[in-house]
Amino acid sequence: MTDYDAVIIGAGHNGLVCAGYLAKAGKRVLVVDGRSDPGGCASTREFSAGFQVSDCAQWLSQFDQSIVKELDLKGNGLRLGQPKCTISLQPDSDHLIVDGDTISGAGVDSADQAAYRDFKKMVAGFAKLMTTLYRTRPPKLVEQNWTDRLTLMKLGLGLKLLGRERLRDLMRIVMINIYDVMNEHFSHSALKSTIALDAVTGTNMGPRSPNTVYSYLHRATGEHLGQSGTTQVMGGMGALGQSLAGAAEKSGATLKLSSRVSAITKTDDRVTGITLDSGETVSAKIVVSSADPTTTFRDLLGYDQMETGMAKRVEHYRSRSGTAKLHLALSALPTFKGLEATQLSQRLVITPSMDGMEQALNPMKYRELSTLHTFDISIPTIEDPALAPAGQHVLSAIVHYVPYAPDIGWETGKPQLLSQLISELETYAPGIGKLVMASELVVPSDLEASHGMTGGNWNHGELSIDQALMMRPFPGSTQYATGVEGLYLCGAGAHPGGGLQGLPGRNAAKEILKRGAL
Amino acid sequence: MSDVSRDTMLLTTPFHSRVEAMCDLNDWGNWMGYTTPNAYFDVELEYFAIRSTTGVFDLSPMNKYRVTGPDAQRYLDRLITRDVSKIGVNRVGYAIWCDDNGQVMDDGTIFRLGEQDYRICSYQRADDWLAWNTLGFDVTIENESAAVVGLAVQGPTSCTVLTLLGCTDLNQLKPFGIAHYTFEGRPMMVSRTGFTGDLGYEVWVPPESAEALWDQLFELGRDYLIKPIGSHALELARIEAGFLQANVDFMPAEEVVRVGRTRSPFELGLDWLVDFKKPLFNGRSALLKEQEKGSRYRFAMLDVEGNKPAEHSFILKGDKQVGTVTSAAWCPTAKANIAYAQIEMPHGAVGDELVAEIYYQRELHWTRLLAPCKVIDAPIFKSPKRWQTPAPPH
Repeated sequence: MTDYDAVIIGAGHNGLVCAGYLAKAGKRVLVVDGRSDPGGCASTREFSAGFQVSDCAQWLSQFDQSIVKELDLKGNGLRLGQPKCTISLQPDSDHLIVDGDTISGAGVDSADQAAYRDFKKMVAGFAKLMTTLYRTRPPKLVEQNWTDRLTLMKLGLGLKLLGRERLRDLMRIVMINIYDVMNEHFSHSALKSTIALDAVTGTNMGPRSPNTVYSYLHRATGEHLGQSGTTQVMGGMGALGQSLAGAAEKSGATLKLSSRVSAITKTDDRVTGITLDSGETVSAKIVVSSADPTTTFRDLLGYDQMETGMAKRVEHYRSRSGTAKLHLALSALPTFKGLEATQLSQRLVITPSMDGMEQALNPMKYRELSTLHTFDISIPTIEDPALAPAGQHVLSAIVHYVPYAPDIGWETGKPQLLSQLISELETYAPGIGKLVMASELVVPSDLEASHGMTGGNWNHGELSIDQALMMRPFPGSTQYATGVEGLYLCGAGAHPGGGLQGLPGRNAAKEILKRGAL
Repeated sequence: MSDVSRDTMLLTTPFHSRVEAMCDLNDWGNWMGYTTPNAYFDVELEYFAIRSTTGVFDLSPMNKYRVTGPDAQRYLDRLITRDVSKIGVNRVGYAIWCDDNGQVMDDGTIFRLGEQDYRICSYQRADDWLAWNTLGFDVTIENESAAVVGLAVQGPTSCTVLTLLGCTDLNQLKPFGIAHYTFEGRPMMVSRTGFTGDLGYEVWVPPESAEALWDQLFELGRDYLIKPIGSHALELARIEAGFLQANVDFMPAEEVVRVGRTRSPFELGLDWLVDFKKPLFNGRSALLKEQEKGSRYRFAMLDVEGNKPAEHSFILKGDKQVGTVTSAAWCPTAKANIAYAQIEMPHGAVGDELVAEIYYQRELHWTRLLAPCKVIDAPIFKSPKRWQTPAPPH
C-alpha cells in the first residue's frame, strides 16, 4: 500500500488543478511545494512593508472557464476585477487605445481600424481551432488510437470550416514571425508593436524571431478560454492559488507546503515516490510533476535514471526567458501624461517600434543590458486598494529584453537596470521616480530561483512549434506520460503550455484517470 | 620521376610499412577511413592460415574508447544491453548497444582493465553517442583509437608464436581473458578474443611498438607458417564462425535514414545479450514492448544446397519473398554453403525450409538458381580449441 495514489510536485496553478480533479475522482492526492503559499506563479507577496504584489503573473486572461466551474473556484473565493482595455503609451501623449476589436487614438486611420477588425476576426478563428486542441490531450500522429483520431477529425473539420483563404493564411503565417505579419496587415507603427508585444513577452524572442506568430496565437486562445478579457484577481494573483488550493483540499487532497522535493524516487524500472529535502520519503502509485521538464527530469529524477535519448532531449529543450518583473511601492498615484486617473487601472503598455524591439533583443542575446524595453504595466491598487497602505500604490510591470545572466553580473547590473527602467518610465510618467518608496527588480534568474522555473521561463519551455502540441515537451514524453513509468507531467511544460490557463493540469488529470493509472 | 606527394584521403595504420611490403596483390580497401588490404597473396591460402596455422590481421582501425571514473560501471550498464557487472577485471565481454527505440547501434567488446576502468572496442565511431551518455554520470571518456593499435593473431599455432614473443603462460589464459606483458619496454596487452571462432588472440600495443611487433611476430612465427590475412579471408572465417558484422548484417541505427531499416537485438538473434533484470538500459522499454508484441524479423543462419554462395539473394517461402541474405559464403573447412538472412516473421524458425534465389554469372552468362535451404540453429564451424584452457598444443 502506497502512502498516496498520486503525489503532485508543485502547488502551482496546474498542480492544484490536477490535484483538484484527481481528488474529485476519489483519489488520494498529496501536493508538495517548497514555497509557503500555494499558487506558484499565481502568488501574492509583500515585497515591501504594507505593499503586496502579484509577484509573477499579474493578469488573468486565459484561465479556462470550465475549470472555474468544475472546481467551483468562485465558491472558493475567486473574485475577478473589471475587464481591462490596453492603452499603449506614446511619447507625445496621444495614446493608442485597444478595446476588444476597436482601436482609437494615436492618429490611427480608418484603414488600420478596419484592418484591425479583420485581423482580430482571423485570429479569433485560428484561436478557436487551437482551443479545441488545447482542451484535449495532443493527438499522436503515428500510433493513432480512436481518441487521437477523433481529435484529429475535429481538427480537420475545424480547418475545413475556416475556409480556403483562412486555411491558406494559417498555413502561411504559423511558422513565420509576427514582424512580417504585422507589416502585412497594418501601417501604424505603434499598433504593430503593441500587438507584437504579446508575441514576445515571456519568451526569449524578438518580433522577427520565427515562432512568434505561434506564441501570439497561443495567447490569443485566451479569448476563447477565459471569456472575460484581461482582468486582475482581487487580492492579487495569490487569491487564485488560494481558491485552487481550497478546491483541491475540499475534494480531499492534502497540501504539504514549505517542503521542497529533492528527488523523484525510482525503484527498479518505475517511479515510486518522492524524497523531500528533510529526508522524508513519500510513496505513491504515480508521481505527477508540475515542475518544468528540465527541473523534473534533470534535477529531480536525474539523467542517470533515464535512457540516453531522453536525457539528450531534456538537454536540448529550450527554456530561457528575457522577461523580468518590476515592482514599485509608490507614495501616491503617479501621473501619466495624457491619461485620466481613472484610466490608470487599465493595462498600460510601453513599447519601442518593432525595429526598436528587435534592436533591444541584440544586447539581450549577447548578455548585455539593453537601453530599450517593453513594459506591460498594472497598477492593481486602484481597483484593489487593500494591496497597499491607504493612498499609496503598487506598480507592477512585466519588462521584456532582460538578459538571463549579463556579463557584468546582476550585483552591478540590477541597480543599473533599475534606474534605466525608471528613467524609461519617466518619459511617460514624469516624476514617478520621486514617488518610489521601495522597489524590487525580479530578473529571470530570480524567477528561476523563487519559482523553480528553469531559465525563469514562465511557459516552462519556449513556446515554439517544435516544442508544442504532440511534441511538448519532447517526443517520447507526450500526452502527460513520460519515458519513465509512473511519472507524469501536468505543468506548463506539457501540452498546451504556459500562461495561467490550467489546461495542462486538467488534461493531465483526465488522461491519468482515463488510463486507469490509479 | 615525379615527386608527387603520396598523401591520400585515406589514413594508414602504424603497421602500414610492413603491411604494404607484404601485400603482394596490392589489393586495398577502405575500412573506416583506413587503407587496409583486402588480400595479401591469396584469399583462400590466407583463410587456411587462420584455420591451420596462424593468420595476422591488422585491426588498428577499430575504435577504442577508455571509460574511467567512479560511475564507469553504471555508465556502461546503462549503455549496453547486458549486465556489465558480470565482466570481471581482466576479462572481455561481447556487447551491443541500442538507441532508445531498442535498435542496435553497434556491437563491440568491453575490456575491463580495472575496477572502474574499461575500454570499449567498437566498429563504428561512437564519440558523440558516448559523450551524450555521460550526462548524469561521473565518468571520463577518452578516444584511444590512435593510442592503442592491435593485431589479431588467430589460429592453432597462435599461442605458440605469441609465447615465443614473450607471452609467458599464455596457454593458461581463458577465453575472453586479458594478460599484460611488456614488449620492448612498452606495455603489451593480450586478450583471448577474435573474430574467427578458433583459438586466437588480439595483441594491443602503443603505435610506437607496431613495426617491431610485426617484424618479431613474423620472424618468430616463420616455422609456424604465420601469414598476414586481409579482410576477405577474415570475412570467410567470421561467416563460418557465426559472427555478425555491422554495416553488413545490420545497419547501425544512427546511420539509417529510411524508416524500418534498423534492427533490434531480437531481430539479429542476439536475445542472449539482453538482460531485462537490469532496471535501466538504453532501449529497455522499447525492447520489452517488442518482446510482448513480437518482432518484425528473425535472423536466420541458412545451410544452402549446392556450392554457389547465396550473396544478395532473396529468400522465398513458396512463391512469397520472405527475406534477404546479408552475408553468404562457401565455408571451406565446414564444407557448407552458409548464408545469414533477415527473414520476415513468422518464417525462419530453426528447421524451416526455404528457397534461396541465387543469381550467378559465368563468362557473361547469368544463371538463376533456386537453391533449397534450411534454417540451422548454430554456426556451422565449431572448434573445440576456441574454448580449451590450457590452449591446446598444435
